[in-house]
Formats: sequence, C-alpha cells, structure tokens
Amino acid sequence: MDLLELTIKDASEKLKKGVFSCSELIKECFTTIKKNDKKINAFLTLNEEEALKKAIERDEMIKSDKEIFNKKPLLGIPVAIKDLYTTKGIKTTAGSKIIKDYSPPFNATVVKKLIDAGVIIIGKTNQDAWGHGSSGENTDYEPTKNPYDLSRVPGGSSSGSGAAVAYGAALVGTGTDTGSSVRLPAGYCNLVGLKPTYGRVSRYGVIAMASSFDTIGHMTKTVYDNAKVLEVTAGLDPYDSTTFPIKVGQYTKVLGQNIKGLKIGLPKEYFVRGLDNKINNSIKDSLKVLEKFGAIVKEVSLPHTNYAMAAYYILVPSEVSSNLSRYDGVRYGGTREMFGAEAKRRIMLGSYTLSSGYYDAYYLKAAKVRTLIKQDFEKAFKEIDILIGPTSPTSPFKLGEKVDDPLQMYLSDIFLCPVNLAGIPGLSVPSGFVDELPVGMQIIGPQFSEELLYKVAYLFEQETQYYKIRPKFKNG
Amino acid sequence: MAKKNLTTEEILHIAKLGNLTLNKKEIEVFKKQLSSVIEYIDKLQEVDIKDIEPSSQITGLTDVLREDKVEESRTLTSGEALANTKSKEGNLFKVKAILTE
Amino acid sequence: MDKKYQVIIGMEVHAELKTHSKMFCGCKNDPFHAEKPNIYTCPACLGLPGALPVANKKAIEWTVMLGLALGCKINKFSKFDRKHYFYPDLPKGYQISQYDLPFCYDGKVKTSFGPVGITRVHLEEDTGKLIHQKVDGRNVSLIDFNRSSVPLIEIVTEPEIYSSAQAKEYAKKLRQIIRYLDISDCDMEKGGMRLEANISLQKKGETELPNYKVELKNINSFRFLERGIEYEIKRQKEILEAGKTPDQETRGYNSEKNITYTQRSKENAADYRYFPDPDLPPIRFDDKWFGEIKSSVPEPLDSVFNRWEKDYKIDKKLTELLFETAGESKKFDKVFSGLSDQKLPVDKFVNAIVNKKLSVDIFGEKVEEIINTYKKSVQVDDVTDEDLKKIITKIIKLNPKAVEDLKVGKTQSINFLVGQVMCEAKKKIEFNRLVKLIQELIK
Repeated sequence: MDLLELTIKDASEKLKKGVFSCSELIKECFTTIKKNDKKINAFLTLNEEEALKKAIERDEMIKSDKEIFNKKPLLGIPVAIKDLYTTKGIKTTAGSKIIKDYSPPFNATVVKKLIDAGVIIIGKTNQDAWGHGSSGENTDYEPTKNPYDLSRVPGGSSSGSGAAVAYGAALVGTGTDTGSSVRLPAGYCNLVGLKPTYGRVSRYGVIAMASSFDTIGHMTKTVYDNAKVLEVTAGLDPYDSTTFPIKVGQYTKVLGQNIKGLKIGLPKEYFVRGLDNKINNSIKDSLKVLEKFGAIVKEVSLPHTNYAMAAYYILVPSEVSSNLSRYDGVRYGGTREMFGAEAKRRIMLGSYTLSSGYYDAYYLKAAKVRTLIKQDFEKAFKEIDILIGPTSPTSPFKLGEKVDDPLQMYLSDIFLCPVNLAGIPGLSVPSGFVDELPVGMQIIGPQFSEELLYKVAYLFEQETQYYKIRPKFKNG
Repeated sequence: MAKKNLTTEEILHIAKLGNLTLNKKEIEVFKKQLSSVIEYIDKLQEVDIKDIEPSSQITGLTDVLREDKVEESRTLTSGEALANTKSKEGNLFKVKAILTE
Repeated sequence: MDKKYQVIIGMEVHAELKTHSKMFCGCKNDPFHAEKPNIYTCPACLGLPGALPVANKKAIEWTVMLGLALGCKINKFSKFDRKHYFYPDLPKGYQISQYDLPFCYDGKVKTSFGPVGITRVHLEEDTGKLIHQKVDGRNVSLIDFNRSSVPLIEIVTEPEIYSSAQAKEYAKKLRQIIRYLDISDCDMEKGGMRLEANISLQKKGETELPNYKVELKNINSFRFLERGIEYEIKRQKEILEAGKTPDQETRGYNSEKNITYTQRSKENAADYRYFPDPDLPPIRFDDKWFGEIKSSVPEPLDSVFNRWEKDYKIDKKLTELLFETAGESKKFDKVFSGLSDQKLPVDKFVNAIVNKKLSVDIFGEKVEEIINTYKKSVQVDDVTDEDLKKIITKIIKLNPKAVEDLKVGKTQSINFLVGQVMCEAKKKIEFNRLVKLIQELIK
C-alpha cells in the first residue's frame, strides 16, 4: 500500500475486501512515521501500542461481522488528533509546556464519536501552542515542517495534523479553526480542510482558544473523505450549549450533483494589494473550471473586510485571556510563567481590551464591528450562493520569516478570519501549485451550507485532481 | 492613526491582570510588540457603530438549558480528580497558605 | 445612634440554592453531606481544559421566583458573564456570574424600620472550599471542589439600611423569604448563606453618600452581623473624628475578639474584566415560560400571616413559628379551614401546636387525622348527666371492691372508677364532673 496516495475511501474498500488488514495498515502508518517524522515533527505523542492493539480488535470485527462497515463508517481508519483535543489517558498538551504531562480523565465529544465510528488514534499532533498561530512555529516544541518543502511552514495552528496527512502518517487529521487553523494548513499542505459552521460540531473537550470562534474541523486528502468524517463528527451535543439541534447533512450523498446556475461571488476586497499575483492568477484559473460546470461568477463586496482583522485581534485575545485563566498549576500542569511568548502576548492583549476603562473602546466596539461583518456576509448571500477566494494571500512562507513580527503573522489570515467572525463555514480545497508550492482555494457559504460547499469542491477536485500531487520532501 | 507607546507601568499592569510575571527582557519586547498591535486594532475607532448591537456570540441560540438532574456518569472519582496535580494532601488539593487572619 | 453621624449600610447576601445538581454541570449539589472531599466533581466544575458549562434551568427559575417574591422587575432577556480573578478555589480563573443584566432588579423588603430597596438578584456559581491548616509543620491551604459551581444567588440592597438592628432584621427577613420559597436551606453555619455589609458613616444633614465604604465580609450569623456593624461604626467614627477618611477596603469579622480586620485594601481593588460568557447562550423568558414561573410563586409570606391574623385571630408572632416553607404553610391552611369548618378554635389549636401540647405530625399526617387527634384532646362534656349516671351505675355494680375502698377513704380508687367510666363512655369527660357524679351515686 502507498500511504502517500491512500484515501479513506480506498482504505475502507480494501479493508472490506481483505486486500490488507487493519493491523497492516496501522503498522504501515508507524513505519512511515518512524521514517519521516524526525524531519517533519508532526507528532507530539504516539499511541502505537494501543493503536496496534485496537487494530487487531478491528480485524476480528471485520472477520466476524459483515455489516460492521455500516455500523462503524470509519472502521480501522488511522487518525491523527490535534493536541488540543482531550483524549482520555493519552497525554494532551495543547502544544504547550505548561500542561506537558496532562493526562485527561475524559474524551472530547468528537474523539468519542470518532472512536465509536471505528477509527484508530495514531497519535497527537503538533501545533501552535493553544492554537495561537498560523505557521506552527508557536509550538512550545520543535516546529512542524511542510512536507512539500521542508524549509517552509505547513500552516497553523493545526500544523502537525496537516503535515501528518500530507506525508501519509494518517488518513485524516483533526484540527480546530478559530481564525484559519484548519484551512491554512490545508491550503499549505495540499489538503481539503473544513472549518464547519460554528456550532455544527461539538467543542466539548477540545481545549478552548476563543470560545465564540472555535470550530472543530479536519483535513483529508479528498473531498469525499472530508465529507465522510463530518458525517461522524457533526451534531448536537448536550455538553456544548452552542451546538444546534439541526439535522446532520448527508454530506457524501450530494457529491457529484451538478452546480449549474450556481452563483459564485468574488469578494473584491479579497483580490487587492498583498495578494500574490501568481496566486491571484491561479484562483482565477480555478474559477474558469467552475464556470465550465455552469456556475456564474460575479464580483461582490464585503465592505467591512478591512476591519475584520482588528476586530478579530480584539475579540480573540479577550476570550483567550479568559480561557487561559484556568492554568494556575493547582489541579494540573505547571505555573503561569511556563506560558510561551505568544500565549503571554495574547493574555496581556486580552486583559487590556477587557480592562476597566478600555472595554467599551475595544471589546464592545469590536463586538459591534463583528455584527457588521456578519451582516456583510448575509447581504452577499442574498445575491450569490457561495463566495470564493484564495485561502492565503501568499504561498507557504519560510520558517522563521515572520516569527519576530507578530502583526505580520496575524495578517496572513486576512481572508480566513472574517469567516470565523461570522460563524459560517469555509472549505479549503487544493487548487494548484505556484512554484511547486500548494495553493488553496477557499469556498465560503452561509450557515449550515456544508453540503453545498462539498458539492462544489467535489466537482472541482474531480476535474483538476490536484490532490494526486503528493509531497517530495524537498530541501530536507 | 495615533502612535501607541505602552509604558512599562502599563505593561506591568496588564501582566498583573493576567496573573503573569515578566522579566526585564520580556517587558521590553512585549512593550514594542503590543504597542504595534494596539496601534493596529485602534483602526476600529474609525468605524461607525451607531445603533449596532454587539455580537458576543453568533449562533442566535437562546435558552439552551439542562434539567436539574444529577448525572453520575460524568462524575470523577477523587482519584481521577487529583490524578494530574503535583500537590495534594489526602483527597485535597494543596497550595501555599493563603493569607487570612 | 450617634448625634453627629448616620450609618449607611448596603447589604450583599449570598445563598446556595438546593437544586439536585450543580449550576453548570450534572454533579451532585450536596457539599455539606459529602463523605469525602472532591467526590462531586467533573471536568466542568473542576475547570479541566476543554470542558464547557450548561446552565441548570431550575436554578434560573428559582432565582426569578425569588425576584418576584421580593417584588423585583425581571429582565426578560438576560445572560451570564465571566468575572475574572485568580484564587486557588476558583478553578476556571473566572466565576460565571451576571453583570449588567441580572435576572431580577428593583425590588423591596419591608422591615419595621422602613423598606429596604433591592438593587438586584443575580445567579452565579459558588467556588470550591478552602481549608487552612498545617501540614508537616507548614501552613497550607487545602481545596475541596465539592462546592465548586453550586448555584449561588446574590441579593444586593440599596444603601438604605440605617442601623445594625435594621441590617439584622433585613437579613433575617430575607432568609425567611428564601426558606419560604424552599429554594435554599440558608445554613449560615456551614456557609450556605453568607452576609456582607458595606458600611460607611455620613455626617448628619449631608445628602451625598460618603466617599468611601468598608466591605465587611463572610459573616456567618445575624448576631455577628450586628456586632460587626457596631464595631465598624465605632471604628470609623474615631477615624472621622480624627479628621481622616477610613480606607476603602474589605474587612473580616473576628467573633472571638469581636473586632474587624483588614482583608484586602484598595490598592488591590479588582478589575474583574467582565464579558458575556461565550459558552452560554443568553436567556429569553417568553410569555409561556415566564407565566409558568410566575404561577409557581406562592402567596406572599406577609399575606399568609395577615390573612391568618384576620381570619383566625392568630398573632403573627405565633404563626411565624409554625412553618418555614410555602408547602408547609399550605398544609396549615388546609388544617385551619378543616378546623374552622367544624367550628373548632384555630387560635387554640395553634397555641397547642406552639406549646407542644398536641402530638401530631403536621406535615406527615392527613388533615382529618390531625383534626381528630385535636378533637379528642379537647372534646369534653358532650354527654348528659343522665347518660353518665347510667354508665356509672353499671360500673359501680361491676366493681364492688373499688366502691368499698372508696367508702373507707382509699381515695385513689376514684381514679380507677373514673377511668372505667371514660372507657365505657369511649369519651374524654371532665375529671371533676365524673368524680362528683360518682360520689353522688355512691352515697
């Protein structure tokens, strides 16, 4: 088997037919990890012993129950879990040193759902500590590298999950997306990455970054795989008051349906200065592909885009400073001086924007601007069905390029954060290469439009097949 | 846009609010970095937000409540509750004495 | 009170609600009876990474109920906010509370000194419990999170209390109302109800509030409240007389020494950085839900006392002693109207209960049983002398020995004969009346 090319769909079929066993698949994952992870740093914790044990159990299930794949839709599928996800008995560090030995007594709702669906947890992945970052370099451990070019960042904050799926260590990588953290690594690692509608997937047990922004997504090689995983993770959770009592879509069932007459909006504010010319051209080429399927492309305006980042960098640190208050070293973890520089920056910034005398000018004002940004999208969606733009204004940048300038780092998420401010879904799909580096295209839709996003992405993917271009570990 | 220069005093104040202690080098680095971020976010001040309601949440959900029922399945044993602490005494968490008379 | 100064007091009272489960998780809410520390915790109330709160509906309804009982207006749209401060008993580093939209505001509690305005009633979560002790010779603080996230209501008054006695009366009255609603045990000794008073002195004749206030915290009895305030009046007066202004600070009360002492001074004045809790969607009381809560509010306590005074001529001082909860008062209502229907004296019944002359289990027995027991205990003289004489004649015939004894002066045998007559009559008959009749017939 070639893990670099294997998808969930292939793996399920081959497990079903007995082409390979689950044990063989999982062993192969660890062989790959042992061969490559020293170069990539995708994992913080490996779950090898337990995973191999589970694989044997899965093989027994396959032998004894013909219906097992209907009951457990992700049976035997190797999963890399971002270290923000609480995993019972498996060390959960959030990429930080302060809780480097924390062993949770419970599973996040999504982890439980994935386990119930039959997955096998390969390990916990590297990330910007607490989700604070766009490059993976804010990890308190060794930064993850981009498998397509080892001198470059894989995108963050779900850097390890992105890299792990890209180099074949797992077939799906879970992530969290507060501002960009699933879509950016997906874009930089040539993967399909979903930021679901806020409230579509439970946050319970996923360590909070900014509670009103955090969404629980995942990265896969293909659109089908991505849709398949969402069918498992989505849904109402009584432990998360912000999940919706709305029926989960049949995301894989809509794939292949046509998009004739679909109205695509191009936010003119996304195609301006700062956008790399080659990326601009690449996205414009991609739009031509969708036009061939009968979609109609028109320009729209999201007038408050220019203020999105400022609102984001008030509201998110405010919530971050609050959410990181619980790390006091009493019940778990170490003391607060163990926070890394970025966590300290955000705690301080958020303490400032919430503090007496500044609340109205910062937090409250930003919360109002958030309303305007949400309204921008609502107005746009009255005219068009989806919005399309580049996932990132640039190609994956060099490690170290932006670490000393937090503001420049923050601005790399400029096309992604507005989506989190509005709570709507965004899907990044591979849309080609510029100078041998992946380019991602972001498809944005209204609340709960995941089916539509997948439908569009699937046609595009089947036509272009960019996902088949696998990494070569350049500059290693 | 006004140039922002946080003073050492301001940096120390907000660090204290966040229960952080900073060394000298951190004070200088954060002073510069946070000043530039605050300068950037200050651009919000030019937006007209008259009559706009704030969005602290974006779901529009209300009244998501639980019935008053004891749920034992999620309750941790005291062993589980204390498993990750570095400092305990019997079944209790232990910290340095907190001053009271 | 002093001729020169007027004390101005505002109070903040906390009470733990006695819901089955905690405020934001399903853990058992029973910190005072837990066998061991840290056995009623879960990821949410222990503040583990990733855990989320879900609000307890009953606790919200009870808070609104209390607000209505205190004559408050209700915010039909409300929310929970995070209040930030660092303390080892506060697991999340913030307390989920309510800031600018408390469930209830603008109410009133009557006291004999005048009404006390209620500024607000809001709902929050309690903290863990700190235990200060020596371990291996070193002073440490130990933490038990069984109490963490237990629902806690806070009732804040206007600065409209003008004496320690009024403060005490207000606090007692508030406890009575809360217990009447049966939403909290208000156990002050265990910390289930905690009193705080903001105290300052105003020069007589001035209209503006003083420019300082001293917060007297964590008082666990009405007596200590009264004494602590008295101590503060004396202390603050001395400072003012010396031409200074008392520090704005938080003070504790030491009941052994009967003094107050500095706990936290104003330099450390907290900046709580409140903001709406993003994990908890806001609360909107629609007409249906609000109607349900409103209809669950019992008849006001004062109205119960007044009604009984009017209908049954019973003093409030006595009826106050009869019951605590509205459920209990309703039982009394049933008993009273039953007695009344049978033309039995309710006031005498109440006297018998208060003086423990009647052994009945009011809240356990049925109304008819209670009334029958009472009737038996008081029913006399409803047989005629003629009927009694017939019975006595029969008893005399059956007990010649006792009659003989009586004739020769063994007076105690009269008791036996009276008992036999009562037995035969199956009634309680006045003792002296029977003695008289028996002696008449023996002669």
